[in-house]
Amino acid sequence: MTLDLALFLLLALIAIASALGMLLSKNAVYSALYLVLNFVTVAVFYLLLGAPFIAMAQITVYAGAIMVLFLFVIMLLGTDELPKSQVLPWQRPLAIVLSVLLAAEATFLLVTKARPAGNVLQPDESVNTMENLRQLGMLLFTDYLLPFEVVSILLLVAMVGAIILTKKEKGAR
Amino acid sequence: MHLSETANTGFLFLAPWLVFFPVIGLLINGIFGGRLSERMVGAVASLASGAAFVVSLLLFVTVSGSHGEAMRWHLAEWIHIGELSLDWTFRVDSLSTTMMLVVSGVGTLIHIYAIGYMHEDVRFKSDPGRFRRFFVFLNLFIAAMMILVSGDSYLMLFVGWEGVGLCSFLLIGFWYEMDTLARPSWANSDAAKKAFIANRVGDFGFLIAGFLMFFAFGSFQFDAVFAKAHEVPHEMIIAITLFMLIGVAGKSAQIPLYVWLPDAMAGPTPVSALIHAATMVTAGVYLITRSAPLYSVVHEAQNIVALVGAITALFAATIAVGQYDIKKVLAYSTISQLGFMVAAVGMGAYVAGMFHLVTHAFFKALLFLSAGSVILGVERGHHHAAHAHASPLSQRERARARESKGKKKEERHDAHDDHASAEHHEAFDPGDMRNMGGLRKTMPVTFWLYMIGTIALAGLPPFAGFWSKDEILLDASHHSQTIYWLLTVAAFFTAFYMGRQIWMVFFGEARHEAAAHAEESPKVMTVPLMILAALSILGGALNLPFEGFHNLGHWLEYTIGEVEALGLDMQVAGVSTVLALIAILISWLLYGRNPMKQGQVDPLKKGLGPIFTGMENKWYVDELYHAIIVTPFNKISYFLADVIDWRFWHDWFHEKVIAGTYNWISFIGLNEYADQKGIDAIANGLGVWTQNFSATLRKVQNGFVRSYALSVLLGVVLILGYLVLK
Amino acid sequence: MIPVDYYIILSAILFVIGVLGVLIRRNALIIFMSIELMLNAANLAIVAFGSVIKSFDGQIFVFFVIAVAAAEVAVGLALIVEIFKSKRSIDVDQMSSLKG
Repeated sequence: MTLDLALFLLLALIAIASALGMLLSKNAVYSALYLVLNFVTVAVFYLLLGAPFIAMAQITVYAGAIMVLFLFVIMLLGTDELPKSQVLPWQRPLAIVLSVLLAAEATFLLVTKARPAGNVLQPDESVNTMENLRQLGMLLFTDYLLPFEVVSILLLVAMVGAIILTKKEKGAR
Repeated sequence: MHLSETANTGFLFLAPWLVFFPVIGLLINGIFGGRLSERMVGAVASLASGAAFVVSLLLFVTVSGSHGEAMRWHLAEWIHIGELSLDWTFRVDSLSTTMMLVVSGVGTLIHIYAIGYMHEDVRFKSDPGRFRRFFVFLNLFIAAMMILVSGDSYLMLFVGWEGVGLCSFLLIGFWYEMDTLARPSWANSDAAKKAFIANRVGDFGFLIAGFLMFFAFGSFQFDAVFAKAHEVPHEMIIAITLFMLIGVAGKSAQIPLYVWLPDAMAGPTPVSALIHAATMVTAGVYLITRSAPLYSVVHEAQNIVALVGAITALFAATIAVGQYDIKKVLAYSTISQLGFMVAAVGMGAYVAGMFHLVTHAFFKALLFLSAGSVILGVERGHHHAAHAHASPLSQRERARARESKGKKKEERHDAHDDHASAEHHEAFDPGDMRNMGGLRKTMPVTFWLYMIGTIALAGLPPFAGFWSKDEILLDASHHSQTIYWLLTVAAFFTAFYMGRQIWMVFFGEARHEAAAHAEESPKVMTVPLMILAALSILGGALNLPFEGFHNLGHWLEYTIGEVEALGLDMQVAGVSTVLALIAILISWLLYGRNPMKQGQVDPLKKGLGPIFTGMENKWYVDELYHAIIVTPFNKISYFLADVIDWRFWHDWFHEKVIAGTYNWISFIGLNEYADQKGIDAIANGLGVWTQNFSATLRKVQNGFVRSYALSVLLGVVLILGYLVLK
Repeated sequence: MIPVDYYIILSAILFVIGVLGVLIRRNALIIFMSIELMLNAANLAIVAFGSVIKSFDGQIFVFFVIAVAAAEVAVGLALIVEIFKSKRSIDVDQMSSLKG
């Protein structure tokens, strides 16, 4: 077992454990914090895959901005545990069975049919340098300029939408 | 398109914008017009039309630069079935640019005029919301007319042909729920329907011509058809041209289908000027000119066309003499002048016909718009007088009866009218010349404009009408003495009825207090009129019959082939001028020397008696049509509906035969056992089963998002499973 | 050299945990977080594949996914807050008025 593989397995373990923690925590704040941990480990995976820019974006946007937003909303709405519910008794076992099936099928298909030939590139010195970032930036601002601009408009619209949704209407309530 | 193409074809790429600009205008006004002010709506519509004029000018420059070569601009594919391939192709040649310039030029002036006219009209009729609708229709008309004149095939021409027919219908019936005196009635709707139906008859002829054409030539495209004109059997071309003549008679108001045009004066005056005088009604003349290669093959058909035109010219001119409504006189005059044009193109004098078409567009638009100005002026005077004298209550009543357009005194064929006329029998008619008189003093600008138009129409040199009419007469004198004399007499009547109108409207004393208080129209109306007046004076310069001129003739030669350039024949010109002067003199003797007093009988009636009554009543053509077409039609409809359909089919066949048989069969076959135990049980069983099943199925939609998500997951798992096992 | 299969298996496991979160939990916020987890799992697979074919396209795609996810979270959380205001609850089972 090489060092790479050991690192990978360790991180994968942390990722899965934190994801399960998110899933099983009774308290929403804990869930959010587990998710942050999960996002950070995924960011490390990105680094391993030679995608430092995405890794940084993951940490700042996901682990940073988005999860902070979640925590704010949790604080706004409270962390009261929901009362036990008697509806949909079959939901849980069915969900677990189907999910396991899904995982098996997806893995099988991705590994056997949809997988490109070759192995994951080992991140070498050239990857985690400014040159890598420069190339990505060039691509973003040349070939992908239009989607880039569209996304910026989308973010603006989402911002306006969020403000309008939560704004108190005059005289409505 | 490539740049190199642009260089070769000049502004040809703008050709589709002839249609697009008006369509953009109508879309803007149609969608946003409700939020725009009247001024903006009018400006948008006028700009759209003006832009089409600019495009026409640029195309004109392009065509003259390429020595009149016909140019095509392919816009889009249209119909491709079997051997037939038709495209939206714009054809730009000297003939179509001439029409484009007239349509968009005169059209733009009329748009501008209509801003002022409709502003008051919608208020006199107390529905300002329709101002926008008017301009939407007007732009739609320009677009359709542009398709008509710029199409490269008979079918595209037909699209425009029907489009302008639709606009004509919409605009004649613009005030659809009232008559021309704004009393509630269906008179205007009936006028619109009459125009539409008369045109349908004509279009039917055009359609038959189109079918025959496809049968004989296998194409609708102009050049493809003309190229084979000599190979196709003679009789076939005669049939095509004569069926086409029916279409022309419908659209250009020739005998026997002219009856719709006088009633079409129910539309607002700018419409009468634009559609029913200057542009749409000349489409028939354009069609014949465009089809010149076909007509020139068959002289028999040409003679019939010429004769129809000449008879129409004289017939309509005599009716015009006996009319009292200012717009009706002009309407019959239009029919008469269209007769001149049709006669000209029938004789093969295409240049003369087109020349008269252009000059007529100028001076008849001028006359109609001036008449509109007169009517509005009298209307204002009436308004003024009503305000000055009437008590508040009757004032409201008068306001309802107020009216600003031409009118129809007798609506005999109109049954719906009865309830209205009983109620408002003393409605004031500002379009009746017997209510006018002395307007020279109160409306001086309009008076002079009207004079210019009158002289141009009467054919006195050197106004535009003289040159074009003289060219037609000259061609006729070479062609056939019958037609020459028919047209000459028609020209005499033309001068007479125009003289009569001038004396009755503008001279003498006011015969009604409304005329005495008449007010001049605003600048937005008079300025376009002045431009038209200038064109009416100078329009003759287009094709002066002197050596070195003949501009229009040479220009059109590019399209319709070699044209014989005729000089000025002093005899023909002299006869027509002298006759026109005599006619005006007679009209002065009758109407000018001793102006009509209020309530006085027309002096011509004393002299001519029953003949004048005939003229006054339009030679009873409407009544004749009513008797030989409408009444039998109604009787046959009644027979079919009542006797055949109701009594035979319903009472006897349906009730007795079918129902009886059915009852008998059901008595035999559907007794208790077969019916209740068999069929009912199956049907009820199905129903109960469906109910139970749906009740079960309904539980699936339980409103829980999570269970929906589970269903989705189930679907995903199944699909992936299928992919795995495949 | 870590085989790409490992990443794919990890991605599938994370994705399924997200699916389970959506299906089992009733807290709207946690459901939302699970959706984010699924997005992340997909991103991970995309980047891994992109690394195998030696192309930047995968990374650029993920970049856009992250941006869109940010927009989605903003609007989605606003919606949850609004729903909480009217229902006084973030239990998704309470929002079951659209039933047959």
